[in-house]
Amino acid sequence: MDTIATPIFDLTRIRRDFPILATKVHGKPLTFLDSGASAQKPRAVIEAMTRSMETAYANVHRGAYHLSETATESYEAARVATQRFLGAAEAEEIVFTSNSTAAINLVAHSYGRGVMQPGQFVLTSEMEHHANLVPWQMLRDANIGIGLRYVRVTERGEIDLNDLAAKLADGKVGLVAITHMSNVLGTVTPAAQIARMTHEAGAKVLFDGSQAAVHRHVDVTAIDADFYVFTAHKLYGPTGIGVLYGKRKLLDAMPPFLGGGDMIESVTLERTTYAAAPARFEAGTPPIIEAVGLHAAIDYVTNIGMPAIEAHERALVDHAMAVLPQVEGLRIIGGAQDRGGVFAFSLDGVHPHDLSTFLDRHGIAVRAGRHCAEPLHTRFGVEGGTTRASFGLYTTPGEIDLLAQKITEARRFFA
Amino acid sequence: MNDAGDIADLYSKTLRELARDPAHKGRPEAFDATARGDNPMCGDRVDIYVSLEGDRIREARHVARGCEICQASASLLAGLVPGKTRAESSALGQRAGEIAKSGIGDDGSEELRRLSLFTVVHKFPSRVKCVTLAWNALDAALSGVKETSSE
Repeated sequence: MDTIATPIFDLTRIRRDFPILATKVHGKPLTFLDSGASAQKPRAVIEAMTRSMETAYANVHRGAYHLSETATESYEAARVATQRFLGAAEAEEIVFTSNSTAAINLVAHSYGRGVMQPGQFVLTSEMEHHANLVPWQMLRDANIGIGLRYVRVTERGEIDLNDLAAKLADGKVGLVAITHMSNVLGTVTPAAQIARMTHEAGAKVLFDGSQAAVHRHVDVTAIDADFYVFTAHKLYGPTGIGVLYGKRKLLDAMPPFLGGGDMIESVTLERTTYAAAPARFEAGTPPIIEAVGLHAAIDYVTNIGMPAIEAHERALVDHAMAVLPQVEGLRIIGGAQDRGGVFAFSLDGVHPHDLSTFLDRHGIAVRAGRHCAEPLHTRFGVEGGTTRASFGLYTTPGEIDLLAQKITEARRFFA
Repeated sequence: MNDAGDIADLYSKTLRELARDPAHKGRPEAFDATARGDNPMCGDRVDIYVSLEGDRIREARHVARGCEICQASASLLAGLVPGKTRAESSALGQRAGEIAKSGIGDDGSEELRRLSLFTVVHKFPSRVKCVTLAWNALDAALSGVKETSSE
C-alpha cells in the first residue's frame, strides 16, 4: 500500500482500524471517496458503542441507581471531550443535538426568534449547504421582521470579503452564518477574519463546521466564534448526534427551542421554568450511546493528532490537484487557495449520474448531484449537478490515481 | 453479474442511441400541454411538450437535461405515446417504472418489449427514478399540473 511519508501518520495501520475498508464492492476493493457525506467508522467507535450498550446503558440524568449514574458520567464526559476538542472555555457551552442541521435550526429558532430584533438581518453566503440556508429562509419567512442577505462567492470559490464588509456596513446584520469549509468547493473560509469583521459590525457569527472540524484543528476561542456546529458522523463517529457550541452568555440569553423532559427546572400546570444551558436545549432523552461514540471518535482523531490528519489531507489535496486536472475534459469547480479534501467536478460529455454508476462498478464510491448546495451549483453554471470526490484520513494517493484512471476510462466508454 | 461487466448491459447500444436520438428532442412551436419533471437530488430536469388530437396524444417532445437513462427514457416515451389517451400513456409509464424496478421484462406487446430495455436498471436501484422522471412529467402535463418530481 502506498503511504505518504510522515513518521507520525501510519496510513496502513489507520486503514486497518476501519473494518469496512476491507470489504469488496462488485468484486472490487472498496475505494470510498464519499467521506464528505458521511465518514466510515473505526473499530474504536464501534466497540465503544457496543460496550456502552452491553455494560453501561440506562437513561441519563434521572436515575439514582448505578447504571444510570454510569451512563450519565459517560454522557457528560463526552461533553467535556467535545469542549476540549473545540477549545471551548466551558463544558456547559456544548449542546448535543441530533446533527448539524438540528444545531443550526436550534439557533435559527431560539436566537433568531428569541434574541434578534425586527429590522435585523441574517447574513449567509452563496456557498452554503442547504442546512445553513433553509433555516434562515424559514426565519425570514416567519414574518417577524428579520431579513436575509447573502455574501457573494468569488469566481475562485472564496467568500468575497469586500462584499462581506459591504453587507455588514449598515450595522443591521444581527447574525452572520457561514460555512467554515464548503462541502462542494472544499474552500476553507478565513473564520477568524470573518469573526473579527462581524464583531466590528456589532453582530454575532455562527460557523457551520460540518466539514472543517473533520479536516482541521478547530479552536473556537482562537477564532472567537459565537456559535460553531458540527456533526459526529462526518468525524468518524455515529449518526444521530451533532454539536452546537455557543458562548455561555449567548446560550444563557436564549429561550428553549424544543420543550419536554430534561430541559426544565420546575413544572406546574400553570408555568415552567427552564434549566440552564446546555440542559435547556436538550429536551427529551438525548443520544446517549451516540455521545459515547462521539467521545470515542474524538479520542481517535486526537490520538492520531489533528495536525497530522491535516498534513496528510494537504498532501492528498496537492496530489489530487496534480492528477485530476490531467484528465481530459475534467473541470474542477472552484479553485480556492485554502482548500480541504473535497473536489466537485464536471466531465465533458458524461453526466454525473452515469459517471458515478460507472465508478461504482469499479468499487469507487463518489457522489453525484448538487450535494445539498443548489444555489452554489447555479452560481457556477453547473445546475445539472457535479460529481464529488471527498477524502478522509484513510484516503490514499493510490485511490486518487485510481479515480483519475477510471474517469479517463469512463470518458472513453461514454464517448 | 458481479463485476463491471453489467455497466455495458446498462448502457446498451439501444439505450445510448435512444439517448442521443434527436427525433423527439426540442421544444415545439405549438403544443397543448407541458410539464416539467425535476429530480431535486441530482438536478435532472425533463420538460415534456404534448400536442393533442381530441383525447389522444398526437405528438410528444422533450427537452431533457439529464443522464443517459433519463434521456433514453424520454426519447422512448416520445416514440411510444402518440395515438394514446392519457389513461393509456399513464398505464405505460406505470409499466416502465415496474419493469425498471423489478427487472422483469414484458413481451406482451411490441411497446412493452421496447420498454423492457429498462430491466437491467433494477441492478442499479438508485437509477430507477431516471427512468420514471419523463413519464411522471408526461402524466403531470396531461393532468394540467405544471411541475412534478421523480419522487
